[in-house]
Formats: sequence, C-alpha cells, structure tokens
Amino acid sequence: MADLAAIKGTPEFPHPLESQVNLFGNVWRRFLRHKGAIGGLIVFGLLIALTVFAFVSPYDPEASSLSERFEAPSAAHWFGTDALGTDLLTRILYGGRISLAVGGIAVGIALIIGVPIGAIAGYYGGKLDAILMRITDAFLSLPPFLVLILLAAILREVEFPLFQRNSVFTISFVIGILSWMTFARLVRAAFLTLREMDYVNAARALGASDARIILGHILPNSVGPIIVEATLQLGYAIIQEAGLSFLGFGIQPPTPSWGNLLSDAQEHFIRYPWLAVFPGIMIFLSIISVNYIGDGLRDAFDPYKMLEKVGEYT
Amino acid sequence: MTTYIARRLVQTVFLLFLLSIILFGLVNLAPGGPLSAYGQGRRLRPEQAELLKRQFGLDKPLPLQYVYWLVGNDWTRVDTDGDSVADAPGSRLGILRGDFGFSYRTRQPVLDEIGQRFPNTIYLMSITMLLALLIAIPIGILSAVRQYSLFDFIATTFSFAGQAIPEFWLGLLLIIIFYVWLKNPFTGEPLLPPGQMSSLEGEFSLPDRISHLILPVLTGALGWVAWYSRFIRSSMLEILPLDYLRTARAKGASQNRVVYIHALRNALIPIVTLVALDLPYIFTGAVLVETIFSWPGMGRLYYQSAVERDYPLLMAVLIIGAAFIILSNLLADVLYAMLDPRVRYSE
Repeated sequence: MADLAAIKGTPEFPHPLESQVNLFGNVWRRFLRHKGAIGGLIVFGLLIALTVFAFVSPYDPEASSLSERFEAPSAAHWFGTDALGTDLLTRILYGGRISLAVGGIAVGIALIIGVPIGAIAGYYGGKLDAILMRITDAFLSLPPFLVLILLAAILREVEFPLFQRNSVFTISFVIGILSWMTFARLVRAAFLTLREMDYVNAARALGASDARIILGHILPNSVGPIIVEATLQLGYAIIQEAGLSFLGFGIQPPTPSWGNLLSDAQEHFIRYPWLAVFPGIMIFLSIISVNYIGDGLRDAFDPYKMLEKVGEYT
Repeated sequence: MTTYIARRLVQTVFLLFLLSIILFGLVNLAPGGPLSAYGQGRRLRPEQAELLKRQFGLDKPLPLQYVYWLVGNDWTRVDTDGDSVADAPGSRLGILRGDFGFSYRTRQPVLDEIGQRFPNTIYLMSITMLLALLIAIPIGILSAVRQYSLFDFIATTFSFAGQAIPEFWLGLLLIIIFYVWLKNPFTGEPLLPPGQMSSLEGEFSLPDRISHLILPVLTGALGWVAWYSRFIRSSMLEILPLDYLRTARAKGASQNRVVYIHALRNALIPIVTLVALDLPYIFTGAVLVETIFSWPGMGRLYYQSAVERDYPLLMAVLIIGAAFIILSNLLADVLYAMLDPRVRYSE
C-alpha cells in the first residue's frame, strides 16, 4: 500500500487507492477541470440526444421521392436530399444511431473478451499467462483493418440469426474481436501489481475464493485504466465502422450509417458535395469529442502510473 | 543482445505459425468454404465443383489441407481427373517455399500480383511517411519548447482534429476542393487530378507524377502528422527539464544548440521505434486512401480481392503483412536498445 500511495499522494491529488469511498468523486472533480473533456462530453451528449430523438424529424429515413433528388441544403431540407430524394439530415440522424450503437457494442464485446483474459493471465501467472499472452500477441500481429475487411467479406454471405447480411451485431462483433487485446494487456498489468497488495493477501487469508478476490477486490481497483481505454476504443470503433461501411463491407443500405452514407455519396459528391460533407462532420465530431473525453479521463484517473511500475507502458 | 534477438526470432516463427493456423481456419471454416468464391459469377455445375474440390485437395481432412498449404503437396499424389484414384504428383510447393497459389480473380500466381502492386505502394507510403515526419518533428519540438503558448494550443488542437478526421472523408473533401472548386488559372482545368498514379495518355513526366501524388499523400499524411507531432511533443517535454541540458546551458551552449542538438537527439529515440512500428503500412498500404484515389497499390488490390473473396490473395497479403508487423516490432525493440544505452533486455 505504502509504495502505491507514494505515486500520487498529495492532498490535491489523492491516489484512488487511498480513498476508495470517494474514488469517483475525486475523478469527477479532476475531470471537470479539463476544459476539452467537458466540451467533448457536451458535444457527445448532444450527438446521442440528436440520434435518440431522430424521430422528431418530419421525414422518413427510407422513403424516396424522385421529384426531390439532389436538392441543395434549404429551409425544408437543412442538409439537402440524396440520390433517392430522402432528407439527408434525417438519414444522418438515424445513421448515427447505427454508428454509435456499433461503437458501443463493439467496445462491450472487446471488454467481455479482453478483461477476463487479462484478469486470469495477471492473477494466475505462469503457463496460463504465457499462453494467453501469446494469443494476445498473435492478434496484435494481424493488420487490423485488413482482417476486419476479410471477416466482413466472409460474413456478408452468411445468414445466421444474429449475423444476417452484416447486421449491426455482425459489424460490432468483428470490430470487437479485433480490439480486445489492449484491454487484456491493461488488465493483466493492473492485476500483476494489485495481486501482491496486502489487502489481497488479507482477503486470501480470510478464505476468500479466487473468483471473489478477482471480481470483488482487484477488478474494482483496476477500473480506471479500463474506462479510459474503453473511451478511446469507442472512437476507434466508430471510425472502423465508418471505414468498413465506406468500402461496402459494413452496414448495408438501405439501413443508414455514417460510413455507408459517405459510400453512397462517393458516386455523386463531385456534383453534390453536401452529400459527402455532412456525414463526415458527424463522424469527425463524435470522434474528436470521444477523444477529448478520453484525454480528460486519463488525466483524471492517471492510470498509467500504475502500468509504468510493471513496465507495461512507457 | 544476440541471444535476445535469437529468442525473439524463435518467438516470431511460433507466432507466425499460430497466425497461419488462425487465418487458414478462418478461411476454410467460412460458409461454403474457399471454393464458394471460385465460380466468380458463373455457376459451377455440381460435378465440376466436385472435380475442383479434388484437384484442390479440399476433400481431404482440414489438418492435411493445412499441411499441403504450408509445405506443398509435391511429395504426394493427387487425384486430377476426379476418379478417386490419386494419379499424378501434386504441384503445389506450399507457402513456406513461396507458393501462395493462384489468384481466383486473375488466375495469375499470387506473388506476381503482389509484385506488380508492391512498388506502387512503397512509392506512395514512403513519401507520405517522410512528409509526415518532416512536418511533425518541427511542430512537436516547437510546441514542447513553447509549452502552453498560442502555437502549442493550435498545434495540440490540430493534432486532436487530425486524429479524428476519417482519412476517407478527408480524401473526398480534398477532391472537392482541388478538383471541383479550384481551377488552374492558365488552362481552366481542375487544379489537381482526383486519382490514378499518372495521366493515362502521354509519357512519363515529373510534374504529372507529382500532381497525382499530392492529394493521396496529404490525405495519408495528416493522421500521421497529428499522431507523431503529439508524440514528439511529449517526448521533448520529458527531456527538456533533465539535468544534462542544464549542464549544457551552464557550459554556454546556446538555446538552439541545446534544443536541436542535445535534447532532440534523445527525444527522437522513441520516434524511431514509433516509425519502425508503422513500417508495415509501407507494405500493406492504406486501403482507404488507395481506394479513393484509384491508386494501383496493395491496399486497393486487397480491397478488390475482398470484394470477390479471392482467398489465396487475401491470405498471402495477411500472412506477409503479419510477418512485417512482427519483424517491425522486433526491429523497434532492437533499435530502441541500440539507441538508448539505458535499455537492457534480459537475456
């Protein structure tokens, strides 16, 4: 306990481990001091609200109207209309639901795979650790975007219940199973430090089971780095979905997503540039806001100090 | 160090072996199997499919197929006419002997296909990376030296923005600006071409080549500039307060000499490893950039192959790409140890 507390033990910046009770109070206070992070939180919150309330739009996202094709932005159609005469703003709002959902589900899947692998590797060590880390290395050695394309190209032909024709779940799944490795490494590093702590020994002496120690005692104390990484991975997942759908391997039209709206725009953007401009702005805003939030959280949690100790992060 | 490198190389072989199993399993367990994409539009008759299956050895158990794929089947006999009698020696050499098979799409050897595209990708990506470094290093140094200045604020904001712009969107925007809006004042033609490596007609000309390079290079470089400049900034910030720089100043070295000679040399060490880690992109290329700008490189080849599920080619690019990644990781670690004497790997 003593050496960890020494890492950051000033009254202004109490180490999270020193005061378990108001861990999140401290984090929140430090987070609020980060202007970029607050801005990011507001922008991202607005984006989510806009997509959730997409139904207020008077237009139907999948209705076409051939008399209104390629209308420039106007009072009636703020972002103009697309090749089928559909209101672009409405499609972008509904597409945002898909893009943000893919991001969220992908990170969820990465967490479900990565955290247990890291926890088991870090807690038990030895051969199990070696095997799990070699598998992690193998996944890290794959060119991520290329494998993503391959998986999506294969799954595009599939008709399983959850994986129909590159559904939201399919795309989230392929992004998720290619991005769990950082979580596994982070969690393992945190576990390597924390499992030697006195309070863990105390719990063990009191007869707590491994599962209880892992879930109840160590995991809650490594939550900082996990949250920071999850935020950054969210931005990464959104950009991956956009790139994949842009190439035509992601979400399939008529379901809109920010990526496939840009893909549709590719044919017409030379004459109707707004088709390419607006969906991109949404992707840009969501990623930059998520990155700022992640930056603020990183400063607030300062989790990497813990990782430097075991030499996992330099 | 030699022991360390030797151990890492052994690990590399093991990792590649593991990866080859993962990739092979992935493609062969895919619904319909690898042949599902072979017909390419025209439908195979069932007996044709059966014959092809035997010729490709797809009727064999998966582990045996994997062995054939890895080391070839010229040491065994295969059934070429579909009468269930193994009648001729196999012709495959296996990927370990550089035989990645034939592309489904063009019926050319996969390695020939890759060989044609590879130089174009190196050409594009190396120029992109060099330009990114040339821009990022000064930005990173200046924002570290003048931390919290207006310049630093702008550079930091730019870096956040640069990392958040999807490159394919940036590519489209640049085409709108430089191809649609801006015109050459003398000829009235679009200022820059929207794609390809060179104009189709006409002979080689340097200005033509350069004008075709500008947009894809800018598109690819922005993300790297944003990322590298941020990294150089934090690397410089760690070094600037160190005692040896104070010593240099105390001995009368000018501020410029301290920053650009003494500090920069050490600040660049992490950058060297960062660049080494990005080297695989010089092989695999940037799929999105090459697709937008119709650049005949590896990335676009991969995209076209994925559209038609040309499995032999996809597998080859992935395996070679993974080998590049693993070797660049090793290179990064070795360079780091060579450049920074404080780093010692346990042998």
